[in-house]
Amino acid sequence: MAGKTLYDKIFDAHLVEEKEDGSGLLYIDLQLLHEVTSPQAFEGLRIAGRKPWRIDANLATPDHNVPTTKRDGGVAEIIDPISRIQVQTLDDNCDDFGILEFKMNDHRQGIVHVVGPEQGATLPGSTVVCGDSHTATHGAFGALAHGIGTSEVEHVLATQCLITRKMKNMLIKIEGDLGLGVTSKDLVLHIIGVLGTAGGTGYAIEFGGSCLQKISMEGRMTICNMAIEAGARVGMVAVDQITIDYVEGRPFAPQGEMWQQAVAAWADLHSDADAVFDAVVEINAADIIPQVTWGTSPEMVVAINEHVPNPANESDPVKVDGINRALEYMGLKADQPITSIQLDRIFIGSCTNSRIEDMRDAAKVALGRKVAASIKEAIVVPGSGLVKAQAEAEGLDKIFEAAGFEWREPGCSMCLAMNPDKLAPGEHCASTSNRNFEGRQGNGGRTHLVSPAMAAAAAIAGRFVDVREMMEA
Amino acid sequence: MNIFNQHTGIVAPLDRANVDTDMIIPKQFLKSIKRSGFGVYLFDEVRYLDEGVADQDCTNRPLNKEFILNQARFTQSSVLLARVNFGCGSSREHAPWALEDFGFRTVIAPSFADIFYNNCFKNGLLPVVLSEDIIEQLFVECAATEGYELSVDLERQRVTTPSGEEFPFVVEAFRKHCLLNGLDDIDLTLQSVGAIKAYEEQRKKQAPWLFGAIKGD
Ligand code: SF4
Repeated sequence: MAGKTLYDKIFDAHLVEEKEDGSGLLYIDLQLLHEVTSPQAFEGLRIAGRKPWRIDANLATPDHNVPTTKRDGGVAEIIDPISRIQVQTLDDNCDDFGILEFKMNDHRQGIVHVVGPEQGATLPGSTVVCGDSHTATHGAFGALAHGIGTSEVEHVLATQCLITRKMKNMLIKIEGDLGLGVTSKDLVLHIIGVLGTAGGTGYAIEFGGSCLQKISMEGRMTICNMAIEAGARVGMVAVDQITIDYVEGRPFAPQGEMWQQAVAAWADLHSDADAVFDAVVEINAADIIPQVTWGTSPEMVVAINEHVPNPANESDPVKVDGINRALEYMGLKADQPITSIQLDRIFIGSCTNSRIEDMRDAAKVALGRKVAASIKEAIVVPGSGLVKAQAEAEGLDKIFEAAGFEWREPGCSMCLAMNPDKLAPGEHCASTSNRNFEGRQGNGGRTHLVSPAMAAAAAIAGRFVDVREMMEA
Repeated sequence: MNIFNQHTGIVAPLDRANVDTDMIIPKQFLKSIKRSGFGVYLFDEVRYLDEGVADQDCTNRPLNKEFILNQARFTQSSVLLARVNFGCGSSREHAPWALEDFGFRTVIAPSFADIFYNNCFKNGLLPVVLSEDIIEQLFVECAATEGYELSVDLERQRVTTPSGEEFPFVVEAFRKHCLLNGLDDIDLTLQSVGAIKAYEEQRKKQAPWLFGAIKGD
């Protein structure tokens, strides 16, 4: 018999019961909750007179609606009354059911996908779900993690299980090293460009190869976070010493003797050498240079030294139609150099790129430079209160402010513009988030996805530039 | 959960491929803490000429007269006829909630996005997959006949046209059973309480660090 993949191992270890029709009951170790997709689930529990199966398998924090400007006044000060009620409802539900929540002004609050790993709640070999498609982030820890709908949030609260089916296995093997100034974000954008937005549909993707073995946990989280942008609900990386070093000593991670026991158990969290994948994609890291999306889907991505595509060079009529629609929405011309795209706003943040390493990458570029006068607003939104505190301890906030960036409070912010941080119609934004769909960052807004270093460089230049030029300078 | 057995209703043809969940229900409406009331915001960006805000009263908003659901012959429709990859995009369950709340009981299309398809069954909304050729035929018939209706019979797995033509469709046995009987997934899973508890006991021994760690200080 062939060996098992990492995904197979974790899936099999959590299978409570297999049904005749091929679906199974999967045991869930951790559910992360936020204010947007949980209220109806809690209401459902209440109506049915049910209680959460296990309080200690849940962790909540508000992130989507919270303001990122001064908010000492707490929830009562959220201006939009509907956002306010949603955040208040999460607080009330967690209080009622006894679920641990980092409330808006708790120093540990932040984006769920930043908070879980940072607290050691996300552990190797565990199953993690959240009512949010970017839950794939947690797969960076050799965990099985994916997004679910609200009915499933309620189902997991009530039963600690999920009714699910096994996915197919895909290995993305990345060999070689990333060049100077090229980050995990560029790598994953490049991968999405290769696979396409539906290339991973139905698969659990494992990212492997020699390149991955040198990438930090922050970088691995950025990569797994965007697996969903290639259509895959699951992205994961095998456990190694980098994983273990990151987890050790975190508040909810095992301690003492139990830590030793856990580390021993985690040694098996990798695909067996003879495991068979349904699909394998090979990527050469050295080929990649900084990436920029030009269109309205993450697969519409090119390198910084390239041009906006020309539909005339495309033969597939569906693609031609897609390019034309995207060009019109984005207000771009075919064959225009990427470096000629002028920007209005800069957003450094989101569950893709708001961890300490991202802050450092951007600050390095901002140091001693000034945001271009043509930029209306450049905001840096740390992913959590702890990231913010760490960045401030390193003086990064001062570097950003001296350069003309705004240093904000943690939350999802302009990633999806449910709070007041939004683009105006027609504005171009260099954003470190994960989706460039029409209207994602505000009605009519035009999003370009890039790495934190590239976003900082774009802020300085007022247009896209190859950040590597600034590094050599 | 709502029971779905047999339904006959007026067909609204939405002639557009890749309709995403953002189009079905835009993000500003996700701020609601309720499960109902999304019907008036269904397809908000194409249905109204102004920009919608959450919890707004829609009675006096300017309508996009071109949009099918604003045309008198379709306002009472309960069967949505759609094109490929319906429901792609985010995992928001607000999309099936909005369709249901508007009055749709079933969506018929050549293909659906995975999470949306799954979410429909959890809300008593039946997604029916028919081939692109048949869908094309239904679009043509619908355009030609005012008050065009289709019947969807889940028990027999058949869609029937007004002329009596029948098209079979496939649905997983377990999902069909749940919809026909209005069974709640949670009730069903709770029938396995014994198995869940047994798993949990064994897991506690193997990986004790996954239990009891998350708590307040
Ligand atoms: S940062 Fe963006 S993608 Fe991530 S959870 Fe928040 S809204 Fe979703």
